[in-house]
Amino acid sequence: MKIKKLSLEQKNRYYGLYFILPWFAGFLLLFLVPLIASFRYSMSKLEVTNEGFTLDFIGFANFREALFSHESYVRTLTESVMDIAVNTPLIIIFSLFFAVILNQKFRGRVLARAIFFLPVILASGIIASIESGDLMQSVVKSANDTTGGGLSVMKNLELTIMLIESGMSPILVEYLMGAVSRIYEIVSQSGVQILIFLAGLQSISPSLYEAAKIEGSTGYEAFWKITFPMISPLILTNLVYTIIDSFISDQTSRLVVDTAFKSFNFGLSAAMSWMYFAVIALVLWVTTALVSRKVFYQD
Amino acid sequence: MKTETAAEQHPAKGERQHRLASSAYWVEAVKKWLWIIVRFVLIFGISFVILYPILLKLSISFKNMNDLYDPTVIWVPRTLTLENFKLVFTAMNYPSILMNTMFLSSVVMILQTITCVLAGYGFARIKFRGSNLLFAGVVFTILVPSQTIMIPLYLNFKNFDLFGIIELFRGSPINLINTYWPFIISSMLGMGVKTGLYVYIFRQFFRGIPREIEEAAYVDGAGYFTTFRKVILPNAIPSMVTVMLFSFVWQWNDSFFTNMYLNEPKVMSSMMSSSGYAIATHLSGGGAAALSLTQDPFFMSMMMNTSVLMAILPLIILYLFVQRHFVESVERSGLVG
Repeated sequence: MKIKKLSLEQKNRYYGLYFILPWFAGFLLLFLVPLIASFRYSMSKLEVTNEGFTLDFIGFANFREALFSHESYVRTLTESVMDIAVNTPLIIIFSLFFAVILNQKFRGRVLARAIFFLPVILASGIIASIESGDLMQSVVKSANDTTGGGLSVMKNLELTIMLIESGMSPILVEYLMGAVSRIYEIVSQSGVQILIFLAGLQSISPSLYEAAKIEGSTGYEAFWKITFPMISPLILTNLVYTIIDSFISDQTSRLVVDTAFKSFNFGLSAAMSWMYFAVIALVLWVTTALVSRKVFYQD
Repeated sequence: MKTETAAEQHPAKGERQHRLASSAYWVEAVKKWLWIIVRFVLIFGISFVILYPILLKLSISFKNMNDLYDPTVIWVPRTLTLENFKLVFTAMNYPSILMNTMFLSSVVMILQTITCVLAGYGFARIKFRGSNLLFAGVVFTILVPSQTIMIPLYLNFKNFDLFGIIELFRGSPINLINTYWPFIISSMLGMGVKTGLYVYIFRQFFRGIPREIEEAAYVDGAGYFTTFRKVILPNAIPSMVTVMLFSFVWQWNDSFFTNMYLNEPKVMSSMMSSSGYAIATHLSGGGAAALSLTQDPFFMSMMMNTSVLMAILPLIILYLFVQRHFVESVERSGLVG
């Protein structure tokens, strides 16, 4: 009797495997095998011929070429990492702030939410890249600047001076001013993050806030003592998501693609992408190690 | 949270006068209204930042050639014209591109959702030694950038072969580049655009569904797959809607895989990257007048804006219909775990 019961339990443990099968086949054939192949390519010189391709093992020559003799790889990579280091905190703070605001009750909330999630749909991939280099838009923008916007630059400057004089460190002021001028970039990258935060805020039980209010806490205190700890696992999630998302659509990845499909140097491109992956992994590992210590888990 | 003070209720008359006299009431009221105003300004400002490029494109796409060089015209064109739309419509071969994109995105969406819902359920239910390692595979697929496996995938689909079976019959492997098969195969096997994320969402969701429900179904004599289809799946509809939306939109916007697998601009996102070229070739059939147009950067920019607007127009229309559902379903989808 005992043996029979065990076997059913075991069966229950393993039946999930049937459901995973299609994914697992894809994982093996379209992920693991290509990953290993890509590593092999990065170590060799790949020539595409009519029948297929040939591989010549050349060791770390591709890596050396990318690091020491390629004209822009190292610079682009450091720029990407710096961009992410600057943008990620801004995106997280911005999206948490607006998730809290959009979670409040006010007139026109549905409309505001609809607008705020528009970047999820629009600001990805090719559309954003076309936008940045567009002539017409910059013309209209400059026209706006000359008619009335000229003042705004001045105001910005005045504000900067005021902040510095009031005793804030110049580095911080510069960072904030940079954030203000890059607001579109930040907004367009934080759609999914706002969505995730908003979903997290909905799952916090209202009774916590009620209890806090009875105890006499202000909204500010409630945010730091309830909302922030409860949402902190999602801050980690969003951090990881933001980093991956910004790595996917930056200059370095474009360089990797161009090396492969424009100059047809597949080996070099593979080597570049592997170092790129190593950098991403390192950045992710450092951030998660730093942040996960502060994360509060309820259970 | 902050604004929901008790002051919103209607107190009795005497109490009310007493209240109005106290300064604390007024401080509270001012604080409340101040916050409402600040909030409105913030939301309005950011909404404007988000909508600005779309409004700008709308304005540009209705402009006439003369308006481009008129310094008094900034936002509202003097003569409204649909010429730009007509031109882009024919140059991009819009109807067929739209159909192709619709077809590709829908097929990918359906296949991806099916595979991911199965995998997510499986990952939520397996529990044996090494099952965590298997799930680490999912996380790994999210972390590794697609650029790393891009070349082997490309070569794989260029000389597509399944364990040498196809070569046995046809004598040579098939070239699947420039067909939809790479997309269909990779989404069927759960390795499309951002698929790891979908598996993750579904797993988080199914972990929240108690096992007792399934056990009740087993007692009633249902098999594993019947249970899944009749008991589990109906519960998962909100998260399925979320994943379907994401998958549709991201496939629509994806330019990385479409540029890699398709040589010709058959779908919207790859069309976008070459629309300037397409419009130029379309116009250059028209002689010298057209040639001067294509060399005019303002004109080309106007065309680009119009074509981008037309590319995202279907998405915006779609979004208008589903956005309400979108927000609600994400809240209920268990994305949060």
